[in-house]
Amino acid sequence: MLRKHSYLQLFTAVCKKDLQLAFRQRAEIVNPLLFFLIVITLFPLAIGPEPGLLARMAPGIIWVAALLSTMLGLDKIFRDDFHDGSLEQLIASSYPLPLTVLAKVCAHWVITGLPLVLMTPLFALLLNLDSQSLVATVFTLLLGTPLLSFIGAIGAGLTVGLQKGGILMSLLVLPLYIPVLIFATSAIDTSSMSLDYSGQLAILGAMLVVAVMSAPIAISSALKVSVS
Amino acid sequence: MQLAGPNGAGKTSLLRIIAGFASPDEGDIFWRENSITKSYDEFARELLFIGHKTGVNAQLTALENVRFWLQIQGYNNEQDLYPLLANIGLVGLEDVPVRTLSAGQQRRVALLRLWLNDAKLWILDEPFTALDKSGVAFLQDRFTSHLENGGAILLTTHQDLTTHFNDLQTVTLEYRH
Repeated sequence: MLRKHSYLQLFTAVCKKDLQLAFRQRAEIVNPLLFFLIVITLFPLAIGPEPGLLARMAPGIIWVAALLSTMLGLDKIFRDDFHDGSLEQLIASSYPLPLTVLAKVCAHWVITGLPLVLMTPLFALLLNLDSQSLVATVFTLLLGTPLLSFIGAIGAGLTVGLQKGGILMSLLVLPLYIPVLIFATSAIDTSSMSLDYSGQLAILGAMLVVAVMSAPIAISSALKVSVS
Repeated sequence: MQLAGPNGAGKTSLLRIIAGFASPDEGDIFWRENSITKSYDEFARELLFIGHKTGVNAQLTALENVRFWLQIQGYNNEQDLYPLLANIGLVGLEDVPVRTLSAGQQRRVALLRLWLNDAKLWILDEPFTALDKSGVAFLQDRFTSHLENGGAILLTTHQDLTTHFNDLQTVTLEYRH
């Protein structure tokens, strides 16, 4: 039985499995989106429906809601694999674990992050966000949500073996989200003043590149600790 | 080689240490004279591990599970798996989610890997659990052919294997309070 090593085959196999599972349990895709929608509708109810005020707060509201709904889905990323023993099979595979992890995080972003980005124009209407800021919001989310997935997966990997890891994971991960939040909301603020916000986007992009390169290694180590 | 001992003696823990999932408090594991912590990838290429948790996803079908496993191990995924599924007694059940199968059938889905690998060392934790008599006999035949091909098997089981395997070595762990 010949083995032909192809990193692409591994990557697509892992992605395909996770996407297949997500589409079989569609609640997994829909629930974080509904959560996002509900959090956003809570704000006008709580602070009053004044359009100017809402538009001023919209970037912050959208981003905090995005952070929270990403957290909601993170717990699932390694849990099933940990409990059914697939994680051990992935570790004992002859492929490097960081590559497997990269595929899993990418699949996770397609399931949770991408729908969020696509739905943002609709949610922005609820908050009276002008079109200029909306474009900036979509750009920051496009760069920022994968970053959230990568950083969050480190926390998920560390806490997957614990009985009630969810809260601990939030405590570990949310402080690490602060830089992303600062640069993303700063970009949107700048755009609302009709200024150039490419600097903030560049920093988000740079953070994403660093995360793609280094987070899979950290996640692999975290998973090995959790399995042992 | 059979690892024996009462419940709680540490059989599973020892198997997981040998497979490289946990690190020992003292000592080191060597495979072909190399420490597995240093050259884990080479060791992993020759290792097949089926633990207590078998690595079968309950939402996927038997066929999807086996194909996924073949892919993550780098084996050829194009081969026709139906004859093998029929042999192991899963005919007609290829396309239903594994969670709807019985415990013995789920175990069979995991054990399918034994026919689909070229690993030298098999580490199996309680492979006979939930299998019926014909399943046990079928598995023992596979063990025999693996050993004849120069493979090694390290397993834990409460079954008596001495009648089937002449050169069986048994290591017994004691329960320490």
